[in-house]
Amino acid sequence: MYVAVKGGERAIENAHAWLAEERRGDKNVSELSLAQIREQLSLAVNRVMAEGSLYDPDLAALAIKQSRGDLIEAIFLIRAYRTTLPRFGCSQAVKTGDMACDRRISATFKDAPGGQVLGPTFDYTHRLLDFKLAAEGEVPDAPVAKPRKEATPHITEFLQGEDIIEREPSSDAVPGDLTREPMSYPADRAVRLQSLTRGDEGFILGMAYSTQRGYARNHAFVGELRIGTVPVEMEIPELGFAIEIGEVELTECETVNQFKGSKTVPPQFTRGYGLVFGQSERKSIAMALVDRALRWEELGEDNLGAPAQDEEFVLSHADNIQATGFLEHIKLPHYVDFQSELELVRKLRREAAELSETLAAREAAQ
Amino acid sequence: MNTTFSAEDRKGWMSLLATADEARLTELWQDCGANPVCEFLRAPEAGGVMVRGRMGGSGAPFNLGEMTVTRCALSLEDGTVGHGYVQGRSKAKAEIAAKVDALMQTAAAGVLRDAVLAPLAAERQVQKDLRAAKAAATKVEFFTMVRGED
Repeated sequence: MYVAVKGGERAIENAHAWLAEERRGDKNVSELSLAQIREQLSLAVNRVMAEGSLYDPDLAALAIKQSRGDLIEAIFLIRAYRTTLPRFGCSQAVKTGDMACDRRISATFKDAPGGQVLGPTFDYTHRLLDFKLAAEGEVPDAPVAKPRKEATPHITEFLQGEDIIEREPSSDAVPGDLTREPMSYPADRAVRLQSLTRGDEGFILGMAYSTQRGYARNHAFVGELRIGTVPVEMEIPELGFAIEIGEVELTECETVNQFKGSKTVPPQFTRGYGLVFGQSERKSIAMALVDRALRWEELGEDNLGAPAQDEEFVLSHADNIQATGFLEHIKLPHYVDFQSELELVRKLRREAAELSETLAAREAAQ
Repeated sequence: MNTTFSAEDRKGWMSLLATADEARLTELWQDCGANPVCEFLRAPEAGGVMVRGRMGGSGAPFNLGEMTVTRCALSLEDGTVGHGYVQGRSKAKAEIAAKVDALMQTAAAGVLRDAVLAPLAAERQVQKDLRAAKAAATKVEFFTMVRGED
């Protein structure tokens, strides 16, 4: 059978031209600059960087503009761009204990050293639309106080002093990289964390929520949530020493979870970990909950058959670019596939009709 | 060639150049008037660096995601080699950073330090302090309410 495979070029070109026009919108409204997106839609920029797995606020702003605000499309653009970049190397692991914190709260210790620092949070806002933002106006400078000079210690350090929380075994093992080797199961925790931090926020949130509602309940406290910037250092082979190659904003969440203990380990708290590019608080908490749920085997817990315990289920569905690619491909031409299905259904119906005619004729004859 | 600097000094200025605001760095560089004859050993190129974190902040490392970095290497007429590794995708910024790095190893170091590095360091500190001061203003000061008659 011949199938038309040409003829769409002009339609496609015209569709692209119309897309560009629609993207621009009403020309009486001034055009968005990348700086405006970067500065004023910074949480969207953060999400695109986190799930695009590439920290570059200007590129993320461009992707958001190009995608007309469709963040998954923007993430797709960033992922595609990322693959064109030569890899210069890997950084030393960032030291989140040295973070210059904009925000740092603990739900477990009221009087934690370093204090409860709220930062620029939506918490405690009334979630009522603020119509003042509909008008242009100057924003007053935020109040200041005497800045803290020293680093803010991690909350888990205090618990570790009492040995009442599991210790993270320190290691400098080279972690697996899912952008270099295809996923295979079982995946280790390093690859799971990489997959979760770039996973779709909505999916990770849903999985985390399921653990709270009772599917593999692990009762998490937010031991600490911190947002701020950390320097990124990399060893430069030509120099023979490490230099700071930049600075990234991160959100880190450490959960403190129940654990009854086992034959070899006394009862102690266990940990879940979330670390995400940008100010990405919801994602970071969700990541920590899912990380903890996926550690059931290592911690000797029962497999309750909960979705959030199923590593293969979680990791193979967390990536919104893989998901959208497979989902959206079904809208593309499947004429030949469909023609064969159509032929098959017609044939089955024809056979069924013939059969019932034969049966009816046989009945009438009797 | 002046070699009275340590690896620590060099790390300091390269780090400062890496995170400098491009527009400001360009302005300071142009104002300082240095215009050395250079030969590229590696023309500026943009790439990615995989940023790593640690489980629980202190445990085994994992790959967090990449960041954009642009690098460049060049040599001055006297053979001094300068390297630029800067955040983002600006080739011009990487080139200035490599030139500053090279000149900081020569007799011109004092001039460059005063004209480019010192202002960058001071401005960076002001920005950091301002953010820390805003954070400090959002620190909760708990107080206890006295309840009942006892």
